[in-house]
Amino acid sequence: SSLGRAAAGQKITQEKLLQFDPVGQVTLLNFTDIHAQLVPLYFREPSTNLGVGKSAGIPPHLTGKDFLNYFKLRAGTMDAYAFTSDDYVSLARQYGRVGGLAHMATLIKAIRAERPDNTVLIDCGDTWQGSYGSLKSRGEDMVTAMNALGVDVMVPHWEFTYGEDRVKELIKKLKFPFLAGNVKDNEWQERVFDSIAYFERSGVKVAVIGQAFPYTPIANPRYMVPDWSFGINEDMIVENIAEAKSNGADLIVLASHNGFDVDRKLAGRVEGIDVILTGHTHDAIPALVKVKDTLLVAAGSHGKFLARLDLDVQGKKIVNHSFKMIPILSDAIAPDPEIAAVVRDVRAPYLKDISEILGRTDSLLYRRGNFNGSFDDLICQAIRQERDTQIALSPGFRWGATLLPGQAITTDDLFSQTAITYPNCYRQEMTGARLKTILEDVADNLFNADPYYQQGGDMVRVGGMGYAIDISKTIGNRISEMTLLDTGEQIDAKKTYTVGGWASVNPGTEGPPIYDVVSDYIRRKKVVSVPQNNTIKVTI
Amino acid sequence: MATKPPRVKVPKTAKKGEVFEIKTLITHPMETGNRKGKDGKKIPRMIINKFTCTYNGNEILRADMNTSISANPYFAFYARATDSGTFEFAWTDDNGKTVKTSKNIAVS
Amino acid sequence: TPEEVATALAKLTGGVTPQSGKITLKLPEIAENGASVPVTLIVDSPMTADNYVKQIHLLAEGNPTPEVVSFYLTPAAGKADISTRMRLGQTQKVVAAAVMSDGSVYSTSKEVKVTIGGCGG
Ligand SMILES: [Mn+2]
Ligand SMILES: [Mn+2]
Repeated sequence: SSLGRAAAGQKITQEKLLQFDPVGQVTLLNFTDIHAQLVPLYFREPSTNLGVGKSAGIPPHLTGKDFLNYFKLRAGTMDAYAFTSDDYVSLARQYGRVGGLAHMATLIKAIRAERPDNTVLIDCGDTWQGSYGSLKSRGEDMVTAMNALGVDVMVPHWEFTYGEDRVKELIKKLKFPFLAGNVKDNEWQERVFDSIAYFERSGVKVAVIGQAFPYTPIANPRYMVPDWSFGINEDMIVENIAEAKSNGADLIVLASHNGFDVDRKLAGRVEGIDVILTGHTHDAIPALVKVKDTLLVAAGSHGKFLARLDLDVQGKKIVNHSFKMIPILSDAIAPDPEIAAVVRDVRAPYLKDISEILGRTDSLLYRRGNFNGSFDDLICQAIRQERDTQIALSPGFRWGATLLPGQAITTDDLFSQTAITYPNCYRQEMTGARLKTILEDVADNLFNADPYYQQGGDMVRVGGMGYAIDISKTIGNRISEMTLLDTGEQIDAKKTYTVGGWASVNPGTEGPPIYDVVSDYIRRKKVVSVPQNNTIKVTI
Repeated sequence: MATKPPRVKVPKTAKKGEVFEIKTLITHPMETGNRKGKDGKKIPRMIINKFTCTYNGNEILRADMNTSISANPYFAFYARATDSGTFEFAWTDDNGKTVKTSKNIAVS
Repeated sequence: TPEEVATALAKLTGGVTPQSGKITLKLPEIAENGASVPVTLIVDSPMTADNYVKQIHLLAEGNPTPEVVSFYLTPAAGKADISTRMRLGQTQKVVAAAVMSDGSVYSTSKEVKVTIGGCGG
């Protein structure tokens, strides 16, 4: 309601968001996984985020009320809205949109003004992909915006989906280092990118070591990066730490796109990292997580948060620190005029296209969550109808903006869910056995008890087929009760079924781009609605 | 056997006693014998099965390879600098054909 | 299979029971390309005339032939640290063993996943 929103607006002010107890010589400012979102949006945190093995039941694998209880947050508050899906729609109507680069810029500039000799701004990646403008400009819009924002250093993942040549071109346009210390060339196994950047801040030498997403050529098409090899490569991190220390670093920061559980394991195994700024898994954790002597930050996604970590460093050790995850509540923040103009400029060429209203939604549309999200269900509806298939598969990406019930769906919104460089929507026949293999494989990438074997996406989304999953089992044994929903019959391993899907990592995949498939569908339907998805039976 | 000459990386100079890295690459399909061609017939096995590196005639490393070594075999290993001289590298295939290359090093 | 690897290894090492320790096998947790998986074998040894690594063997449980490569070293190597690239047809355990100059054998293993890929954060 407008009354609720006014009240919320009165309570939350820019000053209040910026309130902080400064400490020490160094202020690390961090955002991650902005996925090319330049203007305020809605983003609902997951209601299902299951951890396995040592990660079960601890952050980030807590949702809703469990999350609120763990962090002693109250339901119905700004924090409940920012960090959980609890009472999401009503809180979204009260607190409004989140993110927006010009809004984040206001906070960054205010902190830099307060701490002119102390601040380092670190972007943990997935910056150049996720919007219509980024797809059309092949990442250039985001390079322009991040240069203007004055980012100090970044690490990559989805950046690589523009291909090796484009990545090299864009690095030349960046005004700050692009670090990927775990990438080697496939010929001589030698380093390809810079690994470490140094920053002097009030007498403290800060070394930022960069770690690209280790599974880029597996989770995304390998043909985009045919000459480069990735991997967690702990030994390279150890070498980088030794090099930074030998160059006199007082503080070692790992800017990482490993994903949270991988970084938590890494922190327990690799000595000498003071801070890990984590990315990739899109977790938003309101407090620092400490593993041995390492502090871990998880700054969410989509420009929804700016993490601030102040550090007092004495004798190459952190002796005191102060931390806050600042939710970017756009309604409470005056956008920075300079960055607002940059955002306007880079969006201008596409404004007409992205403003088209394709239709309207009756339902809350979101993606994030371990199993089906409602926007994925909509995509699966569209694939099954437009491509005339029994079953639809949609990738378990963690990016994509949320739409509230009643909202218009614009091209901008649709591309926030589908803007990729390998968008072809295939139609093919698959055996029941093949479908089982796919589900088992993806489930193991998500629920392997050893985080080093996880790729950090969510479960592949399925339309037209139900299944049961026991996440505690091993690969080959998690999935059962696969059922064709049209008829209620069990999926037969030997029978073939028509399957439509997108984001195949295989070269030569044919079919119309997924954004065309879904926009045709929404235009025809005018109003879409997505029923509650009860087709997956989960056993923990 | 190889269509391109093998490539090796050896430092031009080293200090006596220094342990340094050597890298080698040779172009070869390493045909496993398990693959079928377009005509449906099995493609016969043809791999490089032996690699040696000597330093002034003394063996540093020898490798006996099987079909699980990837196409275009790559080896990286180390050697300790003793005297100025020559590193010789040799790759031998299933037909007994050998390709050789060498690099000189100056040790001070 | 594990049995084939055990038999092949026993043949290569003269049947000495392997101990754990000293040998490190570096492989990716998940293979990017099953046709070419980088592997590094490191053995902790001074590589002196009377104490060095004589042999390093690499074996794969899930490939058609268990033996991948055997390296024969001399003290002149200075350091037992060898890298190559191997084929892995499917998810499997890779085994490495080192034979020292005193005849003792050390072994280790690592599971490498070969996956169909896709999806991501
Ligand atoms: Mn990512
Ligand atoms: Mn991301």
